[in-house]
Amino acid sequence: MDVIQSGMGKLIQPPDINAFREWNRKKPKGLVDKRMSEAEAVSRFIHDGDYIGTELYGTVRCPMSLVNEIVRQGKKDLRIVGQGVFELDILLAAGLIKELDLTYVGLEVYGVSNVFRREVESGRVETCVEWSNAAITWRLKAAAIGVPFLPMRSMLGTDTLKYSAAKVVCDPFTGDTLCLVPALILDVGLIHVHRADPYGNAQIDGISGFAAELGRASKTLIISAEEIVDCEDFRCHPDRTILPYYLVDAVIEAPFGSHPGEMCYQYRRDEAQIKEWVKASEDAATAKAYLYKYVYGIKDHQEYLGLIGKERLKWLREGVSDEEPGGCP
Amino acid sequence: MKNPADAPEYNPTELLICTAARLMPDSTTAFIGTGIPMLAASLAQKMHAPNLVTIFEFGGTGAIFEELPIAVGGECTFHRAIAATGICEVMEAAQRGFIEFGFIGGAQIDPYGNLNSTVIGDHDHPKVRLPGSGGGNDVGSFCWQTIAIMRQDRRRFIEKIDFITTPGYLNGPGAREAAGLPPGTGPYRVVSNLAVLGFHPKSKRMMLLATQPGVSVQEVIENTGFELALADRVEENPPPSAEELRILREEVDKFHLYI
Repeated sequence: MDVIQSGMGKLIQPPDINAFREWNRKKPKGLVDKRMSEAEAVSRFIHDGDYIGTELYGTVRCPMSLVNEIVRQGKKDLRIVGQGVFELDILLAAGLIKELDLTYVGLEVYGVSNVFRREVESGRVETCVEWSNAAITWRLKAAAIGVPFLPMRSMLGTDTLKYSAAKVVCDPFTGDTLCLVPALILDVGLIHVHRADPYGNAQIDGISGFAAELGRASKTLIISAEEIVDCEDFRCHPDRTILPYYLVDAVIEAPFGSHPGEMCYQYRRDEAQIKEWVKASEDAATAKAYLYKYVYGIKDHQEYLGLIGKERLKWLREGVSDEEPGGCP
Repeated sequence: MKNPADAPEYNPTELLICTAARLMPDSTTAFIGTGIPMLAASLAQKMHAPNLVTIFEFGGTGAIFEELPIAVGGECTFHRAIAATGICEVMEAAQRGFIEFGFIGGAQIDPYGNLNSTVIGDHDHPKVRLPGSGGGNDVGSFCWQTIAIMRQDRRRFIEKIDFITTPGYLNGPGAREAAGLPPGTGPYRVVSNLAVLGFHPKSKRMMLLATQPGVSVQEVIENTGFELALADRVEENPPPSAEELRILREEVDKFHLYI
């Protein structure tokens, strides 16, 4: 296959699909209780310099209790796949990210991310490699399929491709020009789900984003769940299992684990809290103060929820937000 | 914005929404992002296009809006929807040719409809780092017809943009096909606060089709940083009707999150 063009972005995490097979072969397949705290999961499974990824979009199913713990433990020089809003902002503000495979880092309705701008424009984030959403998702899908790359038909002709690590080739079957994106195998994946059992079987309600792909593309997978249920609940509805237990290494019970993000059918996002962050993030000092108030100065997720307060969480659960936008009348 | 005699008043955002809504026909598929496209889709559904199938990239397909989503993964993006799937299902459908319209935007646009939402300045030493492609590049590559929604001035509509995040007609006729993008796709309209623009069938350069109410052709030209082709007859876009504005204010965005 002739390579017509090579993106000049760095391939931050070169895939080794045979090593991935060996790794997956050795993963424990027994039904073992994998429940543990955020602190234990992060300290056992995430290391300085690891390539990690979170599965969510915007503020939906944001694994915030895990991300806050990463910040507390100061896991640094992280390489990360970025398709996020709140969780990436927090990691960037804490100065823990060294390299980014990114498609979108921003605050959606609130616009450009202040910390992302500061960290990239200052050069503190050393590497930004550009991709489209489909490219990132299909990179994870390639890993999930167990192949070294997938062909696709976007990115072509643009600077997005030029600053990616994709390649343009001539299709050996048709002669057409195609973009190839390399498989992305994560050291650690983080996914927040609606419910899991102690072994790691997981269900998601509503849209599933790219949870199925990221889960299967992760060497180590940490799941946090709104609630832990009995395995029998899965055996009664096996069609609902999006992540089977053998993919999963740690299971964390984290009610309101997505806060200030949302969980569909369970609670809406906390607009006031998000606005507090957006305001704080305008300046490096106030961003740090936010982190001290809500992350560094807090022992764990339970204490965080205590700080947010039962009353506010009840409102979010009932679909009431205390202010616009997104609020009920 | 003041209008003649008894015509209702409206703000520039309301004008963009109403203009974009009129471009969406019934019983078709449209790739929708948050913000103006979503409001336009909702307005179109309530006016003339009840069977407009809205598709959100995180998996929401065919929602009927009651509340406005503020995130493309939010629950409202699949409220009473046909399907709640995932990003692969949506991107694969787009790549297979199932999605007719796509809405895109950016900080800069060039005469060929290429868009920049990545950086101002040099990529590796940016003056301003912007969010990046997100699904923009995919929408601009896969959808049959794309509609860009932008505010128009000489800093945004420029001859050479700093970074091509999302493909328009690249550098002219035949360039998309030569790059390997699916044939027959590309920019269809640019909706701005000043005009509705299309693309010249031969040169693929941006062409003024209609001015927004109260805006002169000269004003559009003065607010465009490149040579603008003119349609043989430049139309004047009718202002938002009282009915459009009522539905927009009372039903589509009743909490005035955007308008």
